[in-house]
Amino acid sequence: MIPSPFEYVRVGSVEEALAALAEHGEDAKVLAGGHSLLPLMKLRLAVPEVLVDISGIPGMSYVRVEGDGADAVVAIGAGTRHHELERDEVARAEVPLLPHVAGLVGDPQVRHRGTIGGTTAHSDPASDLPTALLALGGTVVLQGPGGRREVPVTEFWTGFFETAMSPDELVVELRVPRTGTLGWGYEKFTRRANDWPIVAAAAVDGRVALANMGGTVLRATATEEALAAGAPIAEAAALADQGTSPVADMHADADYRRHLARLLTRRALETAAGA
Amino acid sequence: MQVSITVNGEQRTDEVEPRLLLAHYLREVCGLKATNIGCDTTSCGACTVVVDGLSVKSCTVLAVQAAGAQVTTLEGLAGADGELHPVQKAFREEHGLQCGFCTPGMVMASVGLLAANPDPTDREVREGLEGNLCRCTGYHNIVRAVRSAAQAGPAAGRVPGAQEVQA
Ligand SMILES: Cc1cc2nc3c(=O)[nH]c(=O)nc-3n(C[C@H](O)[C@H](O)[C@H](O)COP(=O)(O)OP(=O)(O)OC[C@H]3O[C@@H](n4cnc5c(N)ncnc54)[C@H](O)[C@@H]3O)c2cc1C
Ligand code: FES
Ligand code: FES
Repeated sequence: MIPSPFEYVRVGSVEEALAALAEHGEDAKVLAGGHSLLPLMKLRLAVPEVLVDISGIPGMSYVRVEGDGADAVVAIGAGTRHHELERDEVARAEVPLLPHVAGLVGDPQVRHRGTIGGTTAHSDPASDLPTALLALGGTVVLQGPGGRREVPVTEFWTGFFETAMSPDELVVELRVPRTGTLGWGYEKFTRRANDWPIVAAAAVDGRVALANMGGTVLRATATEEALAAGAPIAEAAALADQGTSPVADMHADADYRRHLARLLTRRALETAAGA
Repeated sequence: MQVSITVNGEQRTDEVEPRLLLAHYLREVCGLKATNIGCDTTSCGACTVVVDGLSVKSCTVLAVQAAGAQVTTLEGLAGADGELHPVQKAFREEHGLQCGFCTPGMVMASVGLLAANPDPTDREVREGLEGNLCRCTGYHNIVRAVRSAAQAGPAAGRVPGAQEVQA
């Protein structure tokens, strides 16, 4: 399988990338790790005329704490590859959910290429890191012709492969609250070792996010409200599929996905509670 | 467009189409046919090679993305004198292959695995090779081969000539 022809532009800075996107408009696509985009291009489900390769931009891969005390956040460069996040000492100490989930994406070869900016921009409802980011809260930092702006993760993923980002913008950073020693849990259900989740649940600090239960990654709001009102875990988790609209496919029908959402939410919450 | 890539320690410059996949570049432009294409959908790992020290599936990387990189294929593992790499030796001694189709990818992924984890347990080998499928062996002898290669020490996680695997 071979992609249809395209022009390839390798940029050396964010400014160059933005200029290339402005020049080529809707015909251009950003290329980061290529592990979502190239498979689509090989199937000709994506046929961009220009690829703007941002992987050579220096300084896009980092994890660092910014600010002090209660206002401190963990900033993650969009170019950080999954395997880098998985092993990052700062991430492990400050937001251990994220490196854990990074280590569950695909297989080692996929983790060597894929980036957190790429999986965020791609907006696949079955993706692991966006599920974790949604449970953590925080923001997606975009840079475009008009400068930088921050979009809360709760508003970023708007539909299947759709986001609040415009085609002339780049994801440059993810910002998440530090959770330190707070409990967290992540439950990913697959049939084969290196697969995408059939359903996954992330729990941290009273928040729960689900993968593959609708057109985007989404929050289990009924569960969160029940927990906030003091309901025990089992009772709150039983509400996890409320308001979701899971699809049926070769892996699972919608009812089975609902069952998984409730079960995985309970397990993730129990792990987070240290139960 | 022109790309310069160091393949198995030898720097070369070729004129390629941007859409040329690294797997096709290695097989058709460089004539290195050990790298197999099994699924062409990033699933089977048969096309695994080492790029700048990390195992990658070359059916899902463009040749132009590897510009300036060091690429090692199975052909680049043995020494100049024909001495097999510790992982190759171990696959032979432990019968870690039957038809051999998955083997180049398995060996390259194993080199990457041993670089990151020099003395893996059975389970760690199985997880480290989760991106590589074998239709023949049932994996037991592959796991044995990787664990036996680990006994050769750090050399099992290195590629010759090129930079060290860091996975
Ligand atoms: C075999 C296989 C198994 C996988 N398994 C899983 C899994 O279990 N769980 C999981 O979550 N994911 C999985 N993935 C997907 C993997 O995580 C991808 O790496 C990730 O989804 C995309 O990241 P990328 O850097 O490769 O992006 P690319 O493929 O380069 O880009 C993806 C999209 O995002 C856009 N884009 C990329 N970077 C930016 C940016 N900085 N700003 C704006 N737009 C950008 C591109 O234009 C494109 O539309 C798997 C992939 C494969 C091939
Ligand atoms: S051919 Fe590349 S993963 Fe199967
Ligand atoms: S030996 Fe035949 S596929 Fe592995």
